Amino acid sequence: MMPPEDPSPDLWPETPPLPPAPEPDTHERWLDDQAGPMVRPYVMTSGRIEPTRGKFDLITLVVAAGPEPDTVIGLGPEHLALIRLCQNVISVAELTGHLNLPVATVRVLLGDLLDKGFVSMQEPEPEADMHDIRLYKAVIDGLRAL
Amino acid sequence: MVSGPSRGVRARRLPTAVKIVIAGGFGVGKTTMVGTVSETRPLRTEELLTDQSIGVDDIAGVERKSTTTVAMDFGRITMRDEYVLYLFGTPGQERFWFMWDEVALGALGAVVLADTRRLSDCFPSVDYFERRGTPFVVAVNCFEGAQRYDLQEIQMALNLGPKVPVMLCDARRVESCKKVLIDLVLHAMKFRGLTEEPAEPQKA
Repeated sequence: MMPPEDPSPDLWPETPPLPPAPEPDTHERWLDDQAGPMVRPYVMTSGRIEPTRGKFDLITLVVAAGPEPDTVIGLGPEHLALIRLCQNVISVAELTGHLNLPVATVRVLLGDLLDKGFVSMQEPEPEADMHDIRLYKAVIDGLRAL
Repeated sequence: MVSGPSRGVRARRLPTAVKIVIAGGFGVGKTTMVGTVSETRPLRTEELLTDQSIGVDDIAGVERKSTTTVAMDFGRITMRDEYVLYLFGTPGQERFWFMWDEVALGALGAVVLADTRRLSDCFPSVDYFERRGTPFVVAVNCFEGAQRYDLQEIQMALNLGPKVPVMLCDARRVESCKKVLIDLVLHAMKFRGLTEEPAEPQKA
């Protein structure tokens, strides 16, 4: 039942407040000639700038955790390209080099793959843990064998 | 939910990656050194020149957030067993310095390449690694036509502590680069208080 309403003195409903006018961007700047190429790195990540999982240092090693999937819902061509490259153990830096994509973009895409279980990864030793003498010996041996 | 591909079938032990940073002024031979010892053609990785702490919905930063990149060249040396070594050449331009923290983070050590014709170009690198506490060596790349200096003179000119190894090198030659890198690893061990069997005396 509708409660009886007081007759409003206003004939017209109150006008909703106007949204504040967007301020004109007075600080628009153009890059100088020495800057690198213009890129749109966040298109492929749907605007995301941080991976959902994992830190993905430049030398974090990644490997595909299963067979190469055919088209999977929710994966873009860049995701599939990453999985292809990850068939052998490869670093985040190498992935960015092969795909010619900025590191930030690759990190987000790898986070998706990690989330879905398509890749596994190995983070590098933090600096504080660099006291394993085997690491140094292995590196020296490897360098001597060059 | 997508039924994932058979996971874990190929679960393998992943190797651990270590990195060495090659720093120095512009044109001093960083990429040359990376290429000389790398098992593959050096690759280039690009990082965005952005402040990643800006939120996605902070429109004000967007045009600067997604505009340009800085490149770093790097190479790879696969070690037997469970290690892979990556060599990263730092961006030479001073304006890209903030990148270094990421490159230097977790580095086993650094090589500061110097050119005696422009010795001051490597001051900032020396300064950076000293302050950061990253073990480093100074390798003087012997360019043709550059005057040869005594290593001690260079050590003094750079105001290095007596413990920082200084050596001559030729970034184009594998043997020379190998020696620089091995000396760096030995120095890094000592720097972190690790002792190996007495290392053979290194002669320049």
